Amino acid sequence: MSTLLKRRFVDQIKVLFGWEPTKPTKPEDISPAAQKIHFYKKGNRDLIAEKLHARAHAEHGNKWRNRRWATLIFANLLFVLSFALDIQILEGALTASRFVGFHLIDLNSALQVMLAHKHIINNLLIGTGTVLVLWVLLGGRTFCSWVCPYHLLAEWAEKLHLFLAKKKLVTDQTMDRRLRTVFWIVFALLAVATGYTVFEAISPTGILSRALIYGPGLAVLWVLALLFFEVFFSRRAWCRYACPIGLTYGVVGIVSPLRIKYTLDGCFHEGDCRKVCLVPHVLDTVIKGRSVETEVPIGPDCTRCGLCVDTCPTGSLSFEVKGLSKIM
Amino acid sequence: MSDQDDDRKPVAENKPAVSIAKRQTNRRRVLRTILLTGGVLGAAMSGFLPLVYAQKKRLRPPGALDEKDFLSSCIKCGQCVQVCPVSAIKLADLIDGMGVGVPYIDAREQACDFSCDAVQCVLACPTGSLTYHKPEFLPVRPGAALAAKPILLAKEKDAEPTLNMHERIGVARLVRPEACLAVQGKGFKGQTRGPGFTGKMRYMDVDRWKPIKVADHPYDVAECDLCARECPIKGAISIETVFAPDGSKRKSPVVHEPCVGCGVCEMVCPVEPTAIAIEAREVWKV
Repeated sequence: MSTLLKRRFVDQIKVLFGWEPTKPTKPEDISPAAQKIHFYKKGNRDLIAEKLHARAHAEHGNKWRNRRWATLIFANLLFVLSFALDIQILEGALTASRFVGFHLIDLNSALQVMLAHKHIINNLLIGTGTVLVLWVLLGGRTFCSWVCPYHLLAEWAEKLHLFLAKKKLVTDQTMDRRLRTVFWIVFALLAVATGYTVFEAISPTGILSRALIYGPGLAVLWVLALLFFEVFFSRRAWCRYACPIGLTYGVVGIVSPLRIKYTLDGCFHEGDCRKVCLVPHVLDTVIKGRSVETEVPIGPDCTRCGLCVDTCPTGSLSFEVKGLSKIM
Repeated sequence: MSDQDDDRKPVAENKPAVSIAKRQTNRRRVLRTILLTGGVLGAAMSGFLPLVYAQKKRLRPPGALDEKDFLSSCIKCGQCVQVCPVSAIKLADLIDGMGVGVPYIDAREQACDFSCDAVQCVLACPTGSLTYHKPEFLPVRPGAALAAKPILLAKEKDAEPTLNMHERIGVARLVRPEACLAVQGKGFKGQTRGPGFTGKMRYMDVDRWKPIKVADHPYDVAECDLCARECPIKGAISIETVFAPDGSKRKSPVVHEPCVGCGVCEMVCPVEPTAIAIEAREVWKV
């Protein structure tokens, strides 16, 4: 990793905790190879016109979205059917489960229980360890977009929000992203201080997972209230500004080999990717003149949902497994 | 910064003009952020309300830690729900506040009859909320400890006849003696709890491994002894001759020390509302 990418790596960790990404200001902030591309793109109107034309004719696939939705529905269905049909493949709920006998325990739920109860038994440790390794390999916040049932509902609510926003009936009220870090700390402290897993009482992930498996209850009203808030006031507010689960998995994703890679060369900087992204701050690098290298990995707050990969008309964003491209 | 740069970008002049609008947006943003913080934390804190009022005293599954520790250690996954052969365990809803998603047993609707033989819910629990062996730092309330491991009548002849339980989850108590059929000297004939009752139980004389509906197992007894007859624990309850307050002799169910609080007596009691009930987390008093 070059020094520039190392600096960006650290910067992206700060972004995960809610800080704004830093812009490269001095020439030495950008590698010579990237500078060359930036310079070439500057004012090259013929190329831009050509690309505009190509973009107008580009068809947006939904390959990754479809795969992701299928995975998300399949995972949750496996929970539901394991209990409903008693096939016992994936028993439990998203907070804790057993996959053909192996303990799996959600990292944030495990953390809440450990902090509240202050006693850890072996099964809890084994389940947490397994899930930790799993999500380090799979990308951390991959959990959010590929498994969390609230993510799917919020995605649909987001479509409604964007439709209403287009009609100028609602506007997206943005908030300070550092709020999520504050929530994480507050809920951790609350668990330690009160001895109750306070966050679990309002976690839409847990509530929805249990509602799907064991039947819905009044707690679903809280989830509906969140969705209502997201449709009419603030786009994807829970996932963007509040959910401590997202931050927990984001931290896990810092060292993950699976990520989205940005290639500067073909990028046309029209910003379609940032418009569809749940966490557009991780895509700051695609803004014209910002990319510090010719190839830049996207930071840990990225949920690896693949919407940007689907949307990008130039194929400048792609999935990458670190190290695998070298081997192959 | 050189003069040339300043000429090209008159930063200093533009700055205040941009700032007023931006400052306003920022101020609103901060306000909204504070509002969301308040909203989410308010919702989270509302979970404490039911605890403050302590309106619900839930019967927890066998092997549950004391209430406070139980609520702090339960990860709300429902694996205990999934393994129960009679579906006795349910998950609490929003009205239980911090207890949302935490398992409980409504013994009148479906009691734990130990038809799994091994207390499967304890085995399924990933966090030790339900446990055979309490960690050392957790105290045992006086009267909660069982004098001996309870003997499960269904496997009395097995090599290991006991349930590996060390504490009771509650105690049965004759809450309405005046309604008790045994006290009145009455018998009982027919389906206890009526034909529509969906509760299940294991009857050893029917099938050891397959619980059936209580409604499918009608009774015909000259003197009602359903609570004592169906109790799965050896020596936990019996029908005894006792002295009434007026000095006359009468029959009555008497609960003994081995009672673990499973609630089968409450489920099978034919009178409405039940004459015998489990007092959740109650301890044994001589």
